[in-house]
Amino acid sequence: MSRTSLHPITIGLLLLAGVAAPLLFPAYTNQIAVLWLMIVFASTWDILGGQMGYNSLGNIFFFGAGMYTSAVVQIGLFYDVGMYTSGARTTHIVFTTAQYFTGFALGMMAAGVAAALLALATSWIVFGLRGPYFAIGTLGVAVAGAELIASWEWVGAAGGISMPVFPGAPEVQKLFFYFLLFGLAFVVLVFLRWLYSTNFGLAINAIRDDEEKAEAMGLYTGRYKRTAWAISAFFLGIAGAIFGNMTGFIEPRDIAFPTTTFNIFMILMVLLGGKGTFWGPVVGAVVFHVIKEVTWTYFLGWQFVALGLLIVIIVVYFQQGIVGWLMEKYPERFGIRVAPKEKQDLARPASLSPQPEGAE
Amino acid sequence: MQQVLGNISVLATMPIFNLGLLIDGLLIGSIFALAAYGLALVWGVMNVKNLAQGDFIMIGGYITWSLGRLGFNPLIGVPVAMVVLWVLGWVLYRTVISKVIARDLFTSLLATFGIAIVIQQGLNLAFGPDTQSAHADLPTLSLAGGLITIATTRILGFVSAILLAVAVVLFMRKSRMGQAIRATAQDSRAARVLGIDTEKVYSFTFCLNAAICGAAGALVAMVWNVQPFLGTTYSIRLFVIVTAAGFGNLPGVIAAGFGMGVFEQFGGFVLGAEFQQALIVLLLLMVLAVRQLQQLRIRQAVQ
Repeated sequence: MSRTSLHPITIGLLLLAGVAAPLLFPAYTNQIAVLWLMIVFASTWDILGGQMGYNSLGNIFFFGAGMYTSAVVQIGLFYDVGMYTSGARTTHIVFTTAQYFTGFALGMMAAGVAAALLALATSWIVFGLRGPYFAIGTLGVAVAGAELIASWEWVGAAGGISMPVFPGAPEVQKLFFYFLLFGLAFVVLVFLRWLYSTNFGLAINAIRDDEEKAEAMGLYTGRYKRTAWAISAFFLGIAGAIFGNMTGFIEPRDIAFPTTTFNIFMILMVLLGGKGTFWGPVVGAVVFHVIKEVTWTYFLGWQFVALGLLIVIIVVYFQQGIVGWLMEKYPERFGIRVAPKEKQDLARPASLSPQPEGAE
Repeated sequence: MQQVLGNISVLATMPIFNLGLLIDGLLIGSIFALAAYGLALVWGVMNVKNLAQGDFIMIGGYITWSLGRLGFNPLIGVPVAMVVLWVLGWVLYRTVISKVIARDLFTSLLATFGIAIVIQQGLNLAFGPDTQSAHADLPTLSLAGGLITIATTRILGFVSAILLAVAVVLFMRKSRMGQAIRATAQDSRAARVLGIDTEKVYSFTFCLNAAICGAAGALVAMVWNVQPFLGTTYSIRLFVIVTAAGFGNLPGVIAAGFGMGVFEQFGGFVLGAEFQQALIVLLLLMVLAVRQLQQLRIRQAVQ
């Protein structure tokens, strides 16, 4: 993981895939756009979950926070937000093309910044917690976000907000949001490849491996943890802003803070692909998204039961993930050198032999 | 805001209302305490945090509701739900839980979360998303000239919860299996060395917890209502209770269970019922923050 940037061929392939996909499968542009969103989800979750060893159940909080920040900025620039959210159902409010795009651009920036600031603020509560307490605490943050928005009249409460309408043909709209999400995923991948090659990447890996030792070695772990959390929040906030405009209607429980869908998908995709690897989340996102779209089509009504079963199966039986499994099977291809097995067994004193199954 | 202040002033000027809320809170808190004890048991013995706890409760509730619709007295639901959930607990233990006990805690958390989703959606498909309640057709008592009303079912639920809790505690103290469970919780390796079949203990503990949840669910269906997606709220409540009390601390868990019931009654009265879930989540964050302040002094990694 020491390369500072993606291989030029990889970049070329990514760009080619991104541009070619909507041309080859025009009927599935929206689904492929969501696939890029899933890649953003999985890769940003892996910053904490895979690289830093902090399994968060609340990353969706920043997605929703970004979505609402952007909505408030987009509307608030030209209208009164409280009036808009209460009157949106009876009066038709029009945004001109220029208003739409300036609002959207500013909203996206504000979403990223606001999400990162919220990450810094919440880090005070969540980073004193470890292991499962961290997971539960972050889930609490996400649910609290949803409940807060759902009871806040000014932003439409549980009824949600209808976003400004895209000024253009539906086809143009589709491609516009497709390329925004693709661009975001591309930036995230390039950025993370660089990030993991820096000292910062080493530091968060050290925190994952042994936080006490990392601290004893002189790393100020709190700062690294906060920064990592803020980075993933920043990208999720922007993703939320884009997705909110793409769907055209936002609402707290199922779209902005979907704790039982997108939130769990993030984790599942990373586990499926391989935690703590660079390509694992991407592979996991692609495989998971395809499986999901198929089950959603053919098992309608049972899709969430299938989802729950999928969680249990992946978590219990296949946790090393696709890339993790490949690494174990063909370590040379990943540049990992393994000492021959017999030698290792001989060198290991009897007292260090693995404990019987089930031992703590 | 005005309404909130108004509600507070009602409480201040009419102390009798406080008493009514307190009694209701304690009656409901007894059910929380019962289910929280099951969660603490599994947490302490197996180091598995069961996120499907609330959904087990909902299954128990739906069993009771179905029996009520078939014309049985809902009280029959308590033993029936216990038996059904015991079996369900055994099946889940064999297929899922036994494979995650030795793994890290996040694994068991996610696995039980998956189970929770399957149960929620299964109940939703089977019974629909409506709120249901099993009525036992019992009278409502009035005290203090009608200012305090107490449903007899709540008293019945309270008594049953207490009886069950006492039975479980006696079982843990006196029986051979209870001793084995406590020994495993203290040190599973030493227990195994001394000849305790820890695998059997784990399986028994999980089944016992599921049965306790079933009974709690039956009581919930009688004194309150059930709905497929309410399970998550119960899971969070129980987590708050056990995290606040510490899982090794039985009197603490029971006290926190009652505290939760009272807190919710007062919070619901002052702020309005629609804030109930937000209040519970807020309480969770508060408890975690307080725990963290306590741990600043004794910093140690929880795995």
